[in-house]
Amino acid sequence: MTSLLDAPGVPDTRTSRSLALWFPSWPVTAWAQATGEDASAPVAVVAANQVTACSPAAASEGVAIGQRRREAQSRCPDLVVVPADEATSAREFELVVGCVERLSPGVQVLTPGCCVLAARGLASYLGSEAEAAETLLEAVVTGTGVVSGRAGVADGVFAAVQAAHLARGVRIVPPGESAAFLAPLPVSRLGDEQLTTLLPRLGVRTLGQFAALPSTAVAERFGSQRLRLQVLASGGDPNRVNGRTPPPELTTKLDFEPPLELAEQISFAAREGVEGFIAGLATAGLACTEVVIELTGELDEVVIRSWQTPFTFDAAAVLDRLRWQLQASAGSGLRSRVTGLRLTPATVDEQANHVTGLFGTGPDERVHHVLTRVQSMLGPDGVLTSRIGGGRWLAERQQLVAWGERPARSTPSRPPWPGMVPEPLPATVFAEPYPVALLTHSGMPVALNPRGALVGDPVTFAASGTTQPVIGWAGPWPVDERFWDDARHRRAARFQVVAGDGSAWLLLLDEHGWWAEGRYD
Amino acid sequence: MLAKLRAQLATADARIRPAGYPVASALAELLPDHGLHPGAAYSLGSAGALLLALLAEPSAEGHWCGVVGMPEFGTEAAQLAGVNLDRLVLVPEPSDQWLGVVAALSEVLPVLAVRPPGRVREADAARLASRLRDRGSVLLVHGDWPRAEARLELADPHWAGLGAGFGHLGAREVLVRGFSRRLAGERVARLLLPDGAGRLAVARPVVEEPIGLEAVG
Repeated sequence: MTSLLDAPGVPDTRTSRSLALWFPSWPVTAWAQATGEDASAPVAVVAANQVTACSPAAASEGVAIGQRRREAQSRCPDLVVVPADEATSAREFELVVGCVERLSPGVQVLTPGCCVLAARGLASYLGSEAEAAETLLEAVVTGTGVVSGRAGVADGVFAAVQAAHLARGVRIVPPGESAAFLAPLPVSRLGDEQLTTLLPRLGVRTLGQFAALPSTAVAERFGSQRLRLQVLASGGDPNRVNGRTPPPELTTKLDFEPPLELAEQISFAAREGVEGFIAGLATAGLACTEVVIELTGELDEVVIRSWQTPFTFDAAAVLDRLRWQLQASAGSGLRSRVTGLRLTPATVDEQANHVTGLFGTGPDERVHHVLTRVQSMLGPDGVLTSRIGGGRWLAERQQLVAWGERPARSTPSRPPWPGMVPEPLPATVFAEPYPVALLTHSGMPVALNPRGALVGDPVTFAASGTTQPVIGWAGPWPVDERFWDDARHRRAARFQVVAGDGSAWLLLLDEHGWWAEGRYD
Repeated sequence: MLAKLRAQLATADARIRPAGYPVASALAELLPDHGLHPGAAYSLGSAGALLLALLAEPSAEGHWCGVVGMPEFGTEAAQLAGVNLDRLVLVPEPSDQWLGVVAALSEVLPVLAVRPPGRVREADAARLASRLRDRGSVLLVHGDWPRAEARLELADPHWAGLGAGFGHLGAREVLVRGFSRRLAGERVARLLLPDGAGRLAVARPVVEEPIGLEAVG
């Protein structure tokens, strides 16, 4: 720190030539890449009700970063509002970085949308820095189709990124001129909120003016951590490009030549590839808990499904999932013979977290093994676990999940669910509607008038061929839910009935007639 | 001499096997050994609240339970009865493989409820019984079972809380009858199954308390 205090504003001799690639409003581009939508339309990415990125078309209509969503929509009525998705941004940028890494290793990703690399190696190979930058941008265009990229080359990472921001294509700042290049830029470029608001009020508007301040005064007024920013403003970026090691390729792709038809053939042909896939993960020190299996048919149809396990996948478990997916998609998703198979580890974890203890990891793992065996007898949906979700209908509340799968995100089960029946609950819940009849004295079905009141008192109850007198009943308890959604709208009246033999029923009357929802037995 | 050897054998056996799975005390009265005996099969006359009450205690103790062949098993009622859904495995439609499924599950699930799709042959039951004895699992069968350890049935149900057009279902007072080849005669208990909260409770005989009049003012 003392060396910085001694010589502020003097470009550090260690700063190296850096090449920055910047893709303006990357979240918009990432969204367009991921969904195949048009990024030239007015698009704004919104997080916490504020615009965080917008497409050039939206910006020309007056949409700006930091606006509230409603304000942006009022500026540009046909604005497409997209929720911010950092995972997609990062994932799409990974493809761009992949294109760059094919030409030059040692890429450092600063944020999704901005990366830097050392310029020297590629520039000396291709002849000039401008040539290197253009080659990289071209590689990105051919590799991913993203055309918005800009490049900047300067001394130090900070100056290179600023050059890329100002570039129309490629901007080269010659060696030793970074300080002069940075001097006229506004202090907001430092990205420090306090300095951005405070310095202009003190009359310091540009990076050059900020760099010219005595460093002791800066340390006194803004704290010693801001001295680093002053060094950046003076063009003496002490940071070097910290290139990453490309992550190992874990996805496995298998091609079947000639195409295969039978599930057994495919599992047999895939065995070696699957074992290699698991071995590759093991070499990387990873354990896979979710795998995506992608099958391609001769007619270019693709069947994708993600599989999870509470433990880790080994080769046999992946082959099981492959067989299940083949059986499930035969005839429906896959209409022809299978030509290709791709295995992608969707969720991985450190292998150390999944190592079996010296004496095993207790009874639960044995439970898993046996249940998996039963699943291979009956199919994946043969063995279920249950949890209670939200809803007003008993069958809807008890969510059944195949063993090993993650339950779908659901509404909470705790109240309020007005219209839910009071405890105790029926021990028998019919998954399929179970037809019954509730009759009045004259033998007509009990009905409701348009206002929901009862027409005729229940006297006789008939279920599965037997008829009994009604000895107690209550209702109607109307349930009318989701009237705003035609597809999920459901309206019915509930009744509780005790029949002559002492059996108690929870009944439903809807537009199709009488059903039993459950039986208290 | 023989009695001494038998006692020795019994203590050795008890050391290897768990003593039995716990049962709510109200139901324990009806069963031989006052609990669910490992390796035994119990036949139930109804699969509803009675089954839930039998599953609740072992589940609360941390044992895994399985329910085979009951597609309309109400898991929310099970949760109310005290069954831990995290350790409950459902195989709703085992179809004709139910024997194989039960045999496989008995390796790891100590308490298994099953509804056989049809009549159970004596030979199948004997084969499964030896497997259950080997693993120490308990089988709760909805329906008849050859050589069941005990049979529990419900009789004379009375529902509280529901009138002619008003109220809602509350507790059910029911007579639970237990038969066993190891116990002479039948044993009965009057229980609330379920009570107002969906659990098992002992029915208290209604005692008319005299209303004490007290002079005031």
